[in-house]
Amino acid sequence: MAPKLPPQHPLQHSSTVVADGQSHDAHSAHPKGVMRWLLTTNHKEIGSLYLIFSLIMFFIGGIFALVVRAELFQPGLQLVEPEFFNQMTTMHGLIMVFAAVMPAFTGLANWMIPLQIGAPDMALPRLNNFSFWLLPVAFTLLLSTLLMPGGGPNFGWTFYAPLSTTYAPPSTTFFILALHIAGISSILGAINIVATILNMRAPGMRMMDMPLFVWTWLITAFLLIAVMPVLAGLITMMLMDINFGTSFFDAAGGGDPVLFQHLFWFFGHPEVYIMILPAFGIVSAIIPTFARKPLFGYASMVYATAAIALLSFLVWAHHMFVVGLPLAAELFFMYSTMLIAVPTGVKVFNWVTTLFRGSISFESPMLFALAFVVLFTIGGFSGLMLAIAPADFQYHDTYFVVAHFHYVLVPGAIFAIMAGVYYWLPKWTGHYPNEKLAQCHFWCSIIGVNLTFFPMHFAGLAGMPRRIPDYALQFADFNMLSSIGAFFFGVSQLIFVLVVVLCVRGGKKAPAKAWEGAEDLEWSVPSPAPLHTFETPPVFNRTQSSD
Amino acid sequence: MHLPWRWLLTITCAVSCSQAQANGWNMPVGVTDLSRDIYNLHMTIFWICVVIGLIVFGAMFYSLYRYRHAKGAKPANFHENTTVEVLWTAIPILILIGMAVPATATLKKMYDTSDADLDVMIIGQQWRWRYEYLGEDVAFNSNMSTPWEQIHGEEEHGEHYLLDVDEPLVLPINRKVRFLMTADDVIHSWWVPELAVKQDTIPGFINENWVKINEPGIYRGQCAELCGVNHGFMPVVVHAMEEEEFDSWLAERKEAQEQEAMGVDREWELDDLMARGESVYRAICSSCHQSEGQGALPAFPALANNQPMIDDFDWHLDVVINGVSGAAMPAFRSTLNPVELAAVVTYTRNAWGNDTGDVVQPALVAEKIAQ
Repeated sequence: MAPKLPPQHPLQHSSTVVADGQSHDAHSAHPKGVMRWLLTTNHKEIGSLYLIFSLIMFFIGGIFALVVRAELFQPGLQLVEPEFFNQMTTMHGLIMVFAAVMPAFTGLANWMIPLQIGAPDMALPRLNNFSFWLLPVAFTLLLSTLLMPGGGPNFGWTFYAPLSTTYAPPSTTFFILALHIAGISSILGAINIVATILNMRAPGMRMMDMPLFVWTWLITAFLLIAVMPVLAGLITMMLMDINFGTSFFDAAGGGDPVLFQHLFWFFGHPEVYIMILPAFGIVSAIIPTFARKPLFGYASMVYATAAIALLSFLVWAHHMFVVGLPLAAELFFMYSTMLIAVPTGVKVFNWVTTLFRGSISFESPMLFALAFVVLFTIGGFSGLMLAIAPADFQYHDTYFVVAHFHYVLVPGAIFAIMAGVYYWLPKWTGHYPNEKLAQCHFWCSIIGVNLTFFPMHFAGLAGMPRRIPDYALQFADFNMLSSIGAFFFGVSQLIFVLVVVLCVRGGKKAPAKAWEGAEDLEWSVPSPAPLHTFETPPVFNRTQSSD
Repeated sequence: MHLPWRWLLTITCAVSCSQAQANGWNMPVGVTDLSRDIYNLHMTIFWICVVIGLIVFGAMFYSLYRYRHAKGAKPANFHENTTVEVLWTAIPILILIGMAVPATATLKKMYDTSDADLDVMIIGQQWRWRYEYLGEDVAFNSNMSTPWEQIHGEEEHGEHYLLDVDEPLVLPINRKVRFLMTADDVIHSWWVPELAVKQDTIPGFINENWVKINEPGIYRGQCAELCGVNHGFMPVVVHAMEEEEFDSWLAERKEAQEQEAMGVDREWELDDLMARGESVYRAICSSCHQSEGQGALPAFPALANNQPMIDDFDWHLDVVINGVSGAAMPAFRSTLNPVELAAVVTYTRNAWGNDTGDVVQPALVAEKIAQ
């Protein structure tokens, strides 16, 4: 029964046991230059690839956002035509969700999960390489649609039919293909993460010993496996409607445009949590480290994460309160959505209680993590308001919604990613990031983010719909503030690039345990982490875990 | 006695009117009972969030200040407390129930569309609204009337920039008006903040909503669902009138529409059709085919010097009446009346150097539609 094994590939990891931190002569067979990166199966290198890719996409998506904000600086059409404006809002959303935030978390997972569970690598290293290299293909294709006749996708990142089918530009078929490829990448990455976490923990490490970043990613990976196929099905139905004469979403052919939204949000709402659960994990690692005190309520954090993930399958129609759902459905989705506030509240209370009677210092990772707690909670409050179905008839599709989801995604997901990067840079590079510059980046970011997104609450409540290229005069002041904030925030992110580049090139040397209060397994390997770690499994000592 | 009473009324009216107007920072209180309910719900939940926020952030910033490492704080080592954890799960649930009760009551009222005095069909189209007073034989289109010169910065912005229409929806106050809402092409969303009505209009579906306006006035809103390139230029204007005023408006409208229908049978001159056609073209066609018929490829072909169109009169007429299947061109059979159709076809066949000299009579169009 045993399959015939292929001849050993020169890239396959040598079984030679090499002490951590020593030079790896056994791996001199590594290809050099581009081929090294194209063929790498090492979780650390692939993690870096993911992170660099996502940083590039963050800037591309950011430039799109700045085109939008520049046009909205004043009433009237000054810079771009509405058609291009719609392409920019659409591409900004698609790139930020699928090419910036998701790959950044996958990059962090690649780097940190094996280190945090004491595994030598991901369970499926070649699959890992494949999942990453699908992404540049997918997003080159997606971005190329902007240059096609008729322009790129212009129907919003939620691409509601029939605007995205019967009335869509010809490039939509390429958009579908790009999303399919990105979806396959996500599913494969998620399978790899589940396989790694379930099979490759250090001897003695129980599930309830795992750091929360590992836990949140395990749950996220299951969400991905559950919902990415729904997205794939949905865009395949679109493909059929556009190219093969079906009428899934075309009322004239007996189809149902609302079905599109049910399917989209059955994918889309768990997708929202895919972008925030790993952030919870990062913040749950950083706050105890810099409060020098164990995380409060480890077990309840795990249960709360699982509860949020389960609830995420039961709340999708709160994105559709005004499509004409029956009263019973409105009530069900209102109640289930409000319920999410409970486990989310538990998390916030746990973080705050972790701080209580700690010994707190304010290094850059901690600053970003604390800002995350406050600003994510503000996003949570507006989320609770949006959950109230009668009031949502007023909020729906306004800038209030734009403010809400940017609060949970920018100072939420993205601040957590940056906190994680500052936290783990010493482990990756062997140097501490330049603290002065990092703090400067933090203060610029926090001013920029609030200046950009806080006025959007008011614009939305006062009646400004989202996705409009021009607006009535009473919204002018809010929009001008937002635009100034957006440019300030955008330019501030160059400081982040500077800090990372400087940190890779040099800086204050970091010891294995780079932060005084850090406890997890990654801090037991040298800084910088050698290419191969934990080739012999570490003995997991229970007191090391956070409970 | 008489005078103070009137003064009181004026003052109350002024106060409630200023409250009802959007103050520019917050959701408007609005001019219906339901909009007030929704506003109160919004403010209640807002203040609950503020209080929770103050407690949580207060505790957080107190800890950050009090237990600074720099001040030599020694960390405690506790990491569990079942009582506290049960409490902060249970208390939020109770608060949520407290929010859900009034929300449920309001939602039930919003869904009660029974016993309406008047039914209005609202149809979303790229990019205008069409209103049909059911059973009254009154129907018209409502297009944005803000000139493109203002949008492109060639003129000063007007007072109701982007929020003005050629014909507002006219509604009576104090009567329950039921809206039946659908769309011809893509999904739109009809929204007037001061009426607290926002409802998607979806092709193939008929959604219901209702309104009973308390105060006469002009209320403005916009399309709230991305519906294509001119999504931002699809305002909603509602003109709420006293009941008697509304009744006479409706009677006048009916008569005008009958007059128009009679115009189908008479012979029209080229100049009259051209003048009428130009106004129809500006209101309906120019958002896609552009003001000088130059089009916007790839979706919207040019009409000026469009040789196939100039050569084939029957095809041209058929496209305008029945639309082009699978393309962006909708059927205007039910949106425009025969006079308007005849006028706009005449106009496009003679404007911008097309100069065919064709005069399309409304009677011919009516005949085509009947086929």
